[in-house]
Amino acid sequence: MLHDKDRIFTNLYGFRDKSLKGAQARGLWDGTKAIIDQGRDWIIDQMKASGLRGRGGAGFPTGLKWSFMPKVNDGRPHYLVVNADESEPGTCKDREILRNDPHHLVEGCFLASFAMGANVAYIYVRGEFIREREALQRAIDEAYEARLIGKDNIHGYPFDLYVHHGAGAYICGEETALLESLEGKKGQPRLKPPFPANVGLWGCPTTVNNVESIAAAPTILRRGGAWFAGLGRANNTGTKLFCVSGHVNKPATFEEEMGVPFRELIDKHCGGIRGGWDNLLAVIPGGSSVPVVPAADIVDAPMDFDGLRTVGSSLGTAAVIVMDKSTDIVRAIARLSAFYKHESCGQCTPCREGTGWMWRVMERLVEGRAEKAEIDMLFQVTKQIEGHTICALGDAAAWPIQGLIKHFRPVIEARIDAYKASGARAAAE
Amino acid sequence: MAKIKIDGREIDVAPEASLLQACEAAGAEVPRFCFHERLSVAGNCRMCLVEVKGGPPKPQASCAMSVKDLRPGPNGEPPEVFTTTPMVKRAREGVMEFLLINHPLDCPICDQGGECDLQDQSMAYGVDASRFSENKRAVEDKYIGPLVKTVMTRCIQCTRCVRFTAEVAGVGDLGLISRGEDVEITTYLETAMTSELQGNVVDLCPVGALTSLPYEFKARPWELTKTESIDVMDALGSNIRVDSRGREVLRILPRLNEDVNEEWISDKTRHVVDGLKVQRLDRPYVRTAGKLKPATWPEALGVVAARIKAAPKKTAILVGDFATAEELFAIKTLATNLGIADVDARADGSVIDPAWGAAAYRFNATVAGIESADALLIVGSDPRLEAPVLNARIRKRWRKGGFPIGVIGDEADLTYAYNYLGAGPDSLARLASGENGFLEVLKGAKRPLILVGNAVTTRPDGAAILGTVAKLAVDVGAVGPDWNGFSVLHTAASRVAALDLGVVPGEGGRSTAAILAAAEKGEIDTLILFGADEIDTSRLGSTFVVYVGTHGDKGASVASVILPGAAYTEKSGTFVNTEGRVQVADRAVFPVGDAREDWAILRALSALVGATLPFDSLTELRAALHAAHPTFAGVDETAPGRHEDVVALAGLAGAADHAAFVSPIGDFYLTNPMTRASKVLARCSQLRSSRLAAAAE
Repeated sequence: MLHDKDRIFTNLYGFRDKSLKGAQARGLWDGTKAIIDQGRDWIIDQMKASGLRGRGGAGFPTGLKWSFMPKVNDGRPHYLVVNADESEPGTCKDREILRNDPHHLVEGCFLASFAMGANVAYIYVRGEFIREREALQRAIDEAYEARLIGKDNIHGYPFDLYVHHGAGAYICGEETALLESLEGKKGQPRLKPPFPANVGLWGCPTTVNNVESIAAAPTILRRGGAWFAGLGRANNTGTKLFCVSGHVNKPATFEEEMGVPFRELIDKHCGGIRGGWDNLLAVIPGGSSVPVVPAADIVDAPMDFDGLRTVGSSLGTAAVIVMDKSTDIVRAIARLSAFYKHESCGQCTPCREGTGWMWRVMERLVEGRAEKAEIDMLFQVTKQIEGHTICALGDAAAWPIQGLIKHFRPVIEARIDAYKASGARAAAE
Repeated sequence: MAKIKIDGREIDVAPEASLLQACEAAGAEVPRFCFHERLSVAGNCRMCLVEVKGGPPKPQASCAMSVKDLRPGPNGEPPEVFTTTPMVKRAREGVMEFLLINHPLDCPICDQGGECDLQDQSMAYGVDASRFSENKRAVEDKYIGPLVKTVMTRCIQCTRCVRFTAEVAGVGDLGLISRGEDVEITTYLETAMTSELQGNVVDLCPVGALTSLPYEFKARPWELTKTESIDVMDALGSNIRVDSRGREVLRILPRLNEDVNEEWISDKTRHVVDGLKVQRLDRPYVRTAGKLKPATWPEALGVVAARIKAAPKKTAILVGDFATAEELFAIKTLATNLGIADVDARADGSVIDPAWGAAAYRFNATVAGIESADALLIVGSDPRLEAPVLNARIRKRWRKGGFPIGVIGDEADLTYAYNYLGAGPDSLARLASGENGFLEVLKGAKRPLILVGNAVTTRPDGAAILGTVAKLAVDVGAVGPDWNGFSVLHTAASRVAALDLGVVPGEGGRSTAAILAAAEKGEIDTLILFGADEIDTSRLGSTFVVYVGTHGDKGASVASVILPGAAYTEKSGTFVNTEGRVQVADRAVFPVGDAREDWAILRALSALVGATLPFDSLTELRAALHAAHPTFAGVDETAPGRHEDVVALAGLAGAADHAAFVSPIGDFYLTNPMTRASKVLARCSQLRSSRLAAAAE
């Protein structure tokens, strides 16, 4: 249970003053100079000590990621790129930060850039986020105005911050595709290695971080890594923005301590499951690309990286999609397949060809117009995609279907039987 | 060198080598579609997956990972890669299945059949039946020009063609549009491609999506006789393979030669094929009462011999651009024996004198040497039109960076950025005086390359300009024993051999311009045009013209006697390219009709004029050539010229006219009788001129 004093995002709902003045009244930009006076290494050490894991989905330790940037500048500029291309279905956390609490992000960009020796940072904002971009730009303008950032700012570390508006492709949220898009090219993921920390934006050392990771940094650095590490469980520390959607009484985005049990999360913040806990069918706990978890497995699972791994899924972006028993689970997953088919960039073979194939089979499974053997075939196809692609979109397309087959095979089979029976009935009549 | 274990076999490879190359070095076969040695790595087909020990628990694309990316084992053991494990096998079979689910089963009507990467690899990695029961994807075919046929449903989106046009050809013609399974290769708004190298995308395409339109449904690869030959459309001497069936040449493909054309050829080289079949001179003709009448060989040769015998001193010979070294040698010998001094193989009016020495007229830096140059000055040349494949080599070097390029002459789109320094000799003088700063760039370079083109050498004041360029080259340190950057780019395939053999006016003889002037005044009784068409035939007046050649073109139309010869695919012969490389072309088919190989015509004629040439077969002729000029025996070799010749050439520097340099290539696609007979190239030419006209508006 998170106390108000431990909250990082204090204006998540925009009820308070969103301007720089308001943000400063809530403690932002306080003692920033003192933090950077402690030096790059101190900042990175604090981030490592905090145990903050990347909030974009993969959960890679943020401090470690920052430390990969070359310590010595070889003549190439360093860049920080913030991934605000929040497009994962179910996820709506970064947009609240951009809309209502953008100064967390602006200050975070400044501190993170300092820690990595970058004098320029880019924020890549999702194409559909019009108002969010405006709010963010307003915050940046205010910070420039107050000389908190800029070439000649009061902190004595030259820093420029630019907002780039994407054109609305899910794949541009993949870090290397984002860099391609930022460079003005077609948003297609790059081959790794080389990793962005060595060859990133314009071929220069670059770190790509999620909005929430960067926005959390100023508070962590002000209050110390130990404070953050004291929240949650070991290896799953701190607070996290959860976005709960679907069949709960009050869908919401809120900040909560990591590792809080699923039942508590829903009861406390969302007014419980629609129709009561017995009505819960399944949950997709981390955005559309993680495997679905059946009700029995999820209710007492701790909502963090390791807790969800033990139930065969993942925390992802902490976008919790709750489905009650009125849900046609096959149809729900088929809809996700359609999404991934539509958003595949088309660059590499398994994803380009496989996502379309999986979607078509899924559409037939929705009706039951298939053979039972095709369930195994579909599972094999997902395995043929998984791990064989350039980026993780192939995996993301494969996992929901794997989760479905693993947990709801009887539902699919029953539907196939029903379809066959209806056909036989029609023939008999 | 780095150690790596491939399937248990330890080998040493360069650390930058990709895993794919390392696997090949170890003898492990790795299938691939998108990977190509000469293009950037795309890593998108996912066919080349291998297993890396100690790496992530998923297969890795071997084309995209280099040996140095792998970490050694805990005790310093070399990293291990496997290409035959179940994981790799499953991965490849999976990718192959994905490639095939939307690929049409139309191999029987596909021109790629029999030489298709997908067909071949599906034999190794495919399964017998498809599990894909949905509808297959269909993609609309695109118009991308008159040379490349598209069947886009067959496309596997490897993007080799996109990367080729963007990287090698240097035009942004092709692109991949849309997303996911809807991606399509197309040109912008389906306009025709603009590159002179576009035909190469057909060779690059691993499936039947891009095939040769002129070759559409003509033949199957296994029916063809494949003959190794040398291209004569420009002076680069691209290595080609002539595919023929019976008496017909069906297509021309590039052959690999790292030192010359790598594996590219220009569209003119590739698509001259249909020009070899039409407008052919297939029997001798003699003009009687103003009309050309078919004649027998004895009749025609008899008429010619009688003319020559009557007045050998008033006979002149002009040799065209396609003569082989053997023919040139025979002509030279015959002319000497008959005392004919008015002989010239520089029908374009070039002023180059073989007496200057080989280094004065060769591409001394060599074609491969372009890649080691570090600065380039182009004087009076448009390499994109004069030798497109060589231009691609310049672009390749330019793309690596650190390669400043200056141009004096036409301000053309050369597919790379350059400093435009001016149009004519005055700009050259300004450059030499250091006025525009590029002189310092050349001086600062370790291996500067000075490329001189035909726009210089064919001017009346060409010698003075060539001298000035040579002086500049010497001054900037481009000429020395280790590096000779003074490089002349010719356009005629026969030119360097002709200069090496000295097929130029003898003692008191007249050069091309003087011969034409004399013909105009009626001072020449008999003019033998040996495949020389690119002259102003209106100036020949009433001169008795004997045309020896292949096509009914400019020369034949003014001829009094026509002796039909063999095209370059119909004879064996030695060619010397612009860098002095001796290469031998083989005969792919026989000459058409009654046409004869040109050396045999010369031999027959020599007997009739009483100066019988001392050889009765091509082998004997070649032996005589090698005996007289031993360098011609060194096939596929270049005998380096003496750099002192360039230093001496600098002595010719002198005042020049102010006129701008004008490239002799008016229309890239229609530069000689063979190309002018080709419908395909006529269509290309028409497209280009309409595009230029549209651009001018």
